[in-house]
Amino acid sequence: MTGPVLLVVLGALGALAVCAGVLVFVVDSMARATFSLLASFLAVGASLLLLDLPYLGLLVVLMMTVEMAIMVVFMVMLMMNPGGLMPMSMVHNTRGAVAAGVVVLAALSAGIWTVDWPERSGAAPPDTTVQVGEAVMGPHMLVMIVVGVVLLATMIAGLALATPRGRYDRLGPDLDRPRPDDPVDGGLPR
Amino acid sequence: MTGTTLQVVLTVAAALVATGIVGALSQQSVVMIMMGLELVVNGVVLAAGAAWYFLWPAVPDAQVLVLLATVVMAVEMAMGFAVALALYRARQIDMVDDATELEG
Repeated sequence: MTGPVLLVVLGALGALAVCAGVLVFVVDSMARATFSLLASFLAVGASLLLLDLPYLGLLVVLMMTVEMAIMVVFMVMLMMNPGGLMPMSMVHNTRGAVAAGVVVLAALSAGIWTVDWPERSGAAPPDTTVQVGEAVMGPHMLVMIVVGVVLLATMIAGLALATPRGRYDRLGPDLDRPRPDDPVDGGLPR
Repeated sequence: MTGTTLQVVLTVAAALVATGIVGALSQQSVVMIMMGLELVVNGVVLAAGAAWYFLWPAVPDAQVLVLLATVVMAVEMAMGFAVALALYRARQIDMVDDATELEG
């Protein structure tokens, strides 16, 4: 797909992505907000597929579908109005937020439409997935190493934050309590 | 035509970033703020993909940036949910306006 057809299709997908993104903060139901966000991600994933990036496009589509499926559970769990059966407003400083958004959009758009963009240089490789794979296993390996450490740290930190009671709650500040302080007795001593 | 298409896609990405900023700044719920931040990163993903296709398809840098942005989204979701749960467990709140202990 090239030329005007690509422009029209990418424009339509972009309009869908932005409209769905705005709907996230407009609809009353939390479930609807989550699925609007998913629609926005799917439109961006489809755009990546059109831009000859099958691996990254599929990655965005699959990852975001699962992520939003998990998010909708959290939304129903934590939010006061998951079903959208009554109007709901949980906003503050709307005017300042809209002003910040308008300024950001105007500044970025001004840059986008005034910069003299360079011509397309070089040709795409036959397999773009091989290109990114060789990059992260070769010259860009530092990115992969950092990402791996960050994901490991995220798993540990997520578990530490989500665990209701840690060893210091059970065994005291010096970890020397003879019997652990458990809500239900029977926990193993250290 | 290529230049115009690039500018249109980048403008869409800018609109996604601006929408996300409005949402993140105006919402009170921790989960809704996370949704705003996700929209911002969504715009970055689209802009990086467009930069790769329309400007430098021969080098993989923009693709690596897309990969990095998706990791940022995953980490932000995981840590955001963990913090939301910890906050709710400690204070029974899910709004940032109620969590002002560290306010100067």
